Amino acid sequence: MTLVIVLIVVAVALLVSAGLVVSTRSRRGAALEGRGAPQPGTLPSTASTISAQAEPEPSPRFEAEAARPVMRDRLGRARGLLAGYFDQVRGRKGIDDATFEELEEALILADVGVATTTRVLGDLRDKLHSGALSATDPTALLQALQDDLVAMFDGDVGSLAYGDGDGPTVWLFVGVNGVGKTTTIGKLALRETESGRSVVLAAGDTFRAAAGEQLESWAERAGARIVRGSDGADPSSVIFDAVQHAASRRAGLVLADTAGRLHTKVNLMDELRKVRRVAERPPGQLTEVLLVLDATTGQNGVVQARQFTEAVGVTGIVLTKLDGTAKGGVVLAIRSELGLPIKLVGVGEAPADLVPFDPAEFVSVLFG
Amino acid sequence: MFDTLTDRFDAIFTRLRGRGRLGDAEVAEVLREIRVALLEADVNLVVVRDLLEAIRARCTGAELAKHLTPAQQVIKVVNEELTVTLGGEALKISYASKPPTVVLLAGLQGSGKTTASAKLARWFRQQGRHPYLIGADLQRPAAVEQLRVLGAEIGVDVFSEPTDPVSVVRSGLAEARRLGRDVVIVDTAGRLAIDRVLMDEVRRVSEALHPDYTFFVVDAMTGQDAVQTAEAFHQALQLDGIILTKVDGDARGGAALSVKQVVGRPIAFLSTGERVADFEIFHPDRLASRILGMGDVLSLIEKAEREYDEEVTGQTIERLQAGTFTLDDFLDQLRQLKKMGPLTGLLSLMPGVPKEVRDAKVDDRDVGKIEAIICSMTPLERTDPTVLDGSRRLRIAHGSGTSTTEVNNLLRQFKEMQKMMRGIGPMAKLMGGRPGNPSKSSKGNRKKVKGGRVTPSSRGLGPTR
Repeated sequence: MTLVIVLIVVAVALLVSAGLVVSTRSRRGAALEGRGAPQPGTLPSTASTISAQAEPEPSPRFEAEAARPVMRDRLGRARGLLAGYFDQVRGRKGIDDATFEELEEALILADVGVATTTRVLGDLRDKLHSGALSATDPTALLQALQDDLVAMFDGDVGSLAYGDGDGPTVWLFVGVNGVGKTTTIGKLALRETESGRSVVLAAGDTFRAAAGEQLESWAERAGARIVRGSDGADPSSVIFDAVQHAASRRAGLVLADTAGRLHTKVNLMDELRKVRRVAERPPGQLTEVLLVLDATTGQNGVVQARQFTEAVGVTGIVLTKLDGTAKGGVVLAIRSELGLPIKLVGVGEAPADLVPFDPAEFVSVLFG
Repeated sequence: MFDTLTDRFDAIFTRLRGRGRLGDAEVAEVLREIRVALLEADVNLVVVRDLLEAIRARCTGAELAKHLTPAQQVIKVVNEELTVTLGGEALKISYASKPPTVVLLAGLQGSGKTTASAKLARWFRQQGRHPYLIGADLQRPAAVEQLRVLGAEIGVDVFSEPTDPVSVVRSGLAEARRLGRDVVIVDTAGRLAIDRVLMDEVRRVSEALHPDYTFFVVDAMTGQDAVQTAEAFHQALQLDGIILTKVDGDARGGAALSVKQVVGRPIAFLSTGERVADFEIFHPDRLASRILGMGDVLSLIEKAEREYDEEVTGQTIERLQAGTFTLDDFLDQLRQLKKMGPLTGLLSLMPGVPKEVRDAKVDDRDVGKIEAIICSMTPLERTDPTVLDGSRRLRIAHGSGTSTTEVNNLLRQFKEMQKMMRGIGPMAKLMGGRPGNPSKSSKGNRKKVKGGRVTPSSRGLGPTR
């Protein structure tokens, strides 16, 4: 505890000094409350509205395709940059330091991160030195690298778990702002209703303006029910209501949306902990806590995954927006550091573009 | 946590004690460390390469200044290079001679365009302008609805209609003219740089608008891909500036550096939080320190400014001036601190916090313990801790669910702190007597920050717990 006191003293000294600057500037004051604090005017949980859409209106654009698109088909157009590096490696006669430099650059450009890249390439060098790999065959080296990367995802299944008890299965979606949580839920709702499940959407993002409306338009499309709270309502209460609603209607699946939040916001992460506690309360069976991650995210993705896992026990990752030029290599770093499986991948705007993760495809796309 | 660059450099430089110059070997080693640090901060590989060249040129054979350690010296060079790269000319908004001034926002999905549009509108209004928002994101469900809600919150009208983006901006612009608005901000749908159809659409929107400013909105958490995306948007739209969003997270924001380098246009604004007020003009020096993981005193001060209750702080300052800083004041400060987030987070913002302190496992629940101890004291005990004899201490320990050792610890540390605060007091008087001179006071403040840090940490860092 001594240490804590020392730290406080340090911080106080700093902050008092900071405060001096404030007061001399005499600027706006009034401490702003975090949004986790109760706000006057917000309605209690009973104000949740429940609406149901009997008839889905499938717009032509969102009609599901007959065959499941494979990642590769969707991602073909995004190759280029990295492919060049690997072609160069293949084109060389032997394997030398330049080969490894090129591999390193390619992996780093794919956002794999320095630590993971160094480790993976170190293993590869070891294989080369021990004679397990021929020093004159760059193609075999590339194949070995691909195999190593695929092996990192050993044991992953790209499917989501359903509860085996009586109550509705609950999947909770978490992540930072703007990664595509609501869109992912919308697409999944469509997929699940099409496969004959009765789905309830819980509009747990009560913070962002019009997030509820966005989810509602997906509910309409999917023919799912939606439970909404008033703006600024406690997200836990919305999700509680959704689970109750699902149980009473004997709906099998609840997809719970949450507001995007940066993992550095303590009060919001606390709020999320509470959401999780409520979501796993019977009759609900919480089987998946999915972290939605934008493929353009850099090394901060690892920090995000760690913080969210600590707070709410993430069970898997949904990697969105992989149809752009970003490679999403940060999931390799996350996998190697935290062991989290990747469950779904978003490779386009249409609902059918949310596909199960396939390590071999993912890695082969990485290699262009 | 990442080791800061300073720590890594220190390790390298302990080996060249006594030498006055940096040799090629040391420089190469240092550059490798810088490379890793920059890559971990998501600065694009190609940009890193250019930067390293510039740094190498400045470090090789450079005379070491006497007052700086070699590590500090290199850091200084790196920091300066980064600041130069990030900075350059700042964006100065010049308003169209024939209003309205049109601003177009574009970027990837989820980068924060809609929120940034509203924040920008609010900023323009603060500049005394009359902004108007056009919602041309007809792609994402409820995007226009989101803009309308935000518009209502900041009191700026929003125009949109369910047609197509080009006609929306045409009629929106006409409407803005009719209403006599002098700034028009256009929110567009997020799109991927490789999506031909959508990139073509935004180009047509731009042609219909003839925007005075086109801003590229980019997420501070973006990785290596930032460069390619920025290039594509720049090609299609001729960007004038960059808005960096989600800066309030702990991403190092290296993407900003990459984008700046590729596009060659200034970073204009930072979006620093979820509230519409969290929007500020960009300062290159602060982001440079952040990319290097060097802490950010200015941001800390601003955070304090935002979260600190001015009244409470004012009282503390008065006490300081009077030289009577009590446990009550300590408690107030403690509670203010708690509002600002966990201690470890705050520590990472402070530069030069000793490694032992930064790496120490800090249990934030201990803060609660301290609070409990003080709350278990009578008002008399709080103002005059000297009355605390053994039996009082035992009572306090019982009352707060702690042990007398912990109570004693707190009191001892508090005494140290009082001594330190007495040092601050006269300075506070000096500054309090000179309001309206913020530059002066902030300078004095920074100096003091340092003094305040060294004293307790060097003294209090004995055996812990």
